[in-house]
Amino acid sequence: MNENLFTSFITPMMLGLPLVTLIILFPSLLFPSSNRLINNRLISLQQWALQLMSKQMMSIHNTKGQTWTLMLMSLILFIGSTNLLGLLPHSFTPTTQLSMNLGMAIPLWAGAVITGFRNKTKASLAHFLPQGTPTPLIPMLVIIETISLFIQPMALAVRLTANITAGHLLIHLIGGATLALTNISPTTALITFIILILLTILEFAVAMIQAYVFTLLVSLYLHDNT
Amino acid sequence: LASLMNLMEKKLLEVKLGELPSWILMRDFTPSGIAGAFQRGYYRYYNKYVNVKKGSIAGLSMVLAAYVFLNYCRSYKELKHERLRKYH
Repeated sequence: MNENLFTSFITPMMLGLPLVTLIILFPSLLFPSSNRLINNRLISLQQWALQLMSKQMMSIHNTKGQTWTLMLMSLILFIGSTNLLGLLPHSFTPTTQLSMNLGMAIPLWAGAVITGFRNKTKASLAHFLPQGTPTPLIPMLVIIETISLFIQPMALAVRLTANITAGHLLIHLIGGATLALTNISPTTALITFIILILLTILEFAVAMIQAYVFTLLVSLYLHDNT
Repeated sequence: LASLMNLMEKKLLEVKLGELPSWILMRDFTPSGIAGAFQRGYYRYYNKYVNVKKGSIAGLSMVLAAYVFLNYCRSYKELKHERLRKYH
């Protein structure tokens, strides 16, 4: 049981070849590109969703911040599609690996912060001290704000990893419990099955929400710094 | 040879059984050849099931079903131990 629970999270390799590269690249197959004005249904649906998301997320930024639209929209599409594909049976979800989430979070956060420091140095440094703090508290508050700034990329990565991993683990556990209970007591198995269905609905929501939260926070860090 | 030119134009189902080894050896196995094969396969599926006026959910679901099947094959080694058998 112990070994079985975590085998779905090991990086897939086949005969020493990294299969995980193919799995990370697979969502790109599901987003075809097109040069036409009127497209097929798949592309039209994706374009509609993309317009909705970009209007909702990029309207708060000024011109300089809106240059990040392509990056943030591809980020939310990638994380959303990867998380949703991970809900299919037997599939591997790359976003459960902390290494990948750190690789996404640290460059984006660092880009936003360094842009802020280079272009608006005084305003960026001013973020370390909220308005209206009493004078004796200033040294301590600067230290606390610095720590909270450097924790942002870690929090971004760990939040995504922990949420998706915990969801997958719960599904495995409750599914296993349902199967084991069918011989012992079918009513309890039915209740557990209903819990499993509710959990799966939650996981679909979590998959999309986590993508949204990740992108929203990056855009927030960007807004502070442009 | 005339028979070689004929061989190059035939598709797989039109090749006679005796000609099969020479047909296989004649195929383009360079990297660009293999990439071209993948590209042709992708566009064949895309133009038949997705890039149509009234595409249905089947176009996407077949891809996802194939993805699930491939992942099952990949993790068969671990799943083998979870069968309901007395002796594993």
